[in-house]
Amino acid sequence: MPIQFQPSEILETIRMVADEKFDIRTITLGISLLDCAHEEMGPLCERVYEKVVRSAEKLVATGEALEEEYGIPIVNKRIAVTPMAHVTAPCRKGNAADAARALDRAAAAVGVNFIGGFSALVQKGMTESDRNLIEAIPEALATTERVCSSVNVGSTKAGINMDAVALMGRIIKETAQRTADRDGLGCAKLVVFCNAPEDNPFMAGAFHGAGEPETVINVGISGPGVVLNTVRRNPGIRFGLLADRIKRTTFKITRMGELVGQEAARRLGVPFGIVDLSLAPTPAWGDSVAEILEAMGLERCGTHGTTAALALLNDAVKKGGAMATSYVGGLTGAFIPVSEDAGMIRAVEEGTLCIDKLEAMTCVCSVGLDMIAVPGDTPASTLSAVIADEAAIGMINRKTTAVRIIPAPGRQVGDRVEFGGLLGSAPVMAVHPESSEAFIARGGRIPAPIQSMTN
Amino acid sequence: MEEQGTRAVITVVGEDRVGIIAGITAVLAQEGANILDISQTIVSGFFSMITVADLSGSAIGFTELKGKLEAKGLELGVQVTIQHEDVFRYMHRI
Repeated sequence: MPIQFQPSEILETIRMVADEKFDIRTITLGISLLDCAHEEMGPLCERVYEKVVRSAEKLVATGEALEEEYGIPIVNKRIAVTPMAHVTAPCRKGNAADAARALDRAAAAVGVNFIGGFSALVQKGMTESDRNLIEAIPEALATTERVCSSVNVGSTKAGINMDAVALMGRIIKETAQRTADRDGLGCAKLVVFCNAPEDNPFMAGAFHGAGEPETVINVGISGPGVVLNTVRRNPGIRFGLLADRIKRTTFKITRMGELVGQEAARRLGVPFGIVDLSLAPTPAWGDSVAEILEAMGLERCGTHGTTAALALLNDAVKKGGAMATSYVGGLTGAFIPVSEDAGMIRAVEEGTLCIDKLEAMTCVCSVGLDMIAVPGDTPASTLSAVIADEAAIGMINRKTTAVRIIPAPGRQVGDRVEFGGLLGSAPVMAVHPESSEAFIARGGRIPAPIQSMTN
Repeated sequence: MEEQGTRAVITVVGEDRVGIIAGITAVLAQEGANILDISQTIVSGFFSMITVADLSGSAIGFTELKGKLEAKGLELGVQVTIQHEDVFRYMHRI
């Protein structure tokens, strides 16, 4: 029987893992907690703990077995649950942060590093339960280690809930204060969304949406390093060919996500959801989205041409990946989290990349203003205004946008905040000193946009 | 396509020396892994061998075999990787 693969193909795969930092970033088990609802917080927390532990007991061992057999690192095994505000809705008394602590204990028991879904979806308005949960976010994030929280404040269909936007500015400030001893680390686990996807496997914004099955496996791939080497190996080629090379590469790395996802789902006896084909950088050099943009011919990420380079990259990633998997979902695109990307950090520290340019970049790529540290004395209304701008981009362009911003207590522009691990370290960036207070104080909703006359 | 799930690709790379193939194939034979194909090349002293083996007759598990091969690789001063065949089928075949 002839060998089925060319030696060059096999060595290419091995090189991706050994030299180009290719990995599956996460397999995330989605779990519905709707059946854990209860009028009292105590029994509710017991049900939540019991269901998460029961549903996810084999998740980590299965991930580790796949890692061994396929020889491809699966960096994180994680859990996403039903937005907790839905589960706590019947519970008129009690502290929603208790539910977060139950999630934290369950995550520790099954050995996952993050559990997402301490969340509320309030794009049009807030229920009492939503408000209680949002008010409990600072305590929840200060008293747990593994819980991630997200709040959806806008959508293309509903517009932007500016009352929620105003509230989230205050909640982010308070979360930073409650975790001031860790430079506001709590805010690194809190995402404010517009058009939040219900099947996103990536933290901190993962939750298990209302249209999802009882349990589901979603996979997030990575691979900036592999794409970076593709671009570097092809200097000076014209854009059409460059896009083609990137597509071929993302096809290959997405196939691994498909394989791992299908097999993990089969072994766990859980339906396979989606592959999220996002380029998720890590703080290591050679695994940076900014470096890819620079390899395309920009002296430094953030200079003129950056948005166009990112648009090409983001689109090629989607096109290559879309054919490689049976189901695409989640965020799908290129991430630009500042603290988690060595090239972004350098560009900020050298003064090329500022918050305004990052905002422009989020118009053409996945997610939004992500892992950005700003001075600790930034007013809540300014944080709300940053969220409003980003939500407006998402709402008008029918895409997901998000803000994960850290007003690091006691820190000034020029300082660097260390979060450790995959969260990296963030240079504190300047925000505009001019006030947005009166704008945010208006309250109400920004109406949903018209869907024709699209210019 | 033959039966699924029992074939692995073993890749050996490193500096050329006497006994690499003998060493690695001895481990495979000992553990009941049937070699289906071997391709071996040397480019300027750099040795590379790719082996496809059927593990259905092997009494030990994948992880254990991986451990034994890696130990042998260490002894021979080469890097040994064993991966399920599906990895390559998924990545390089449509």
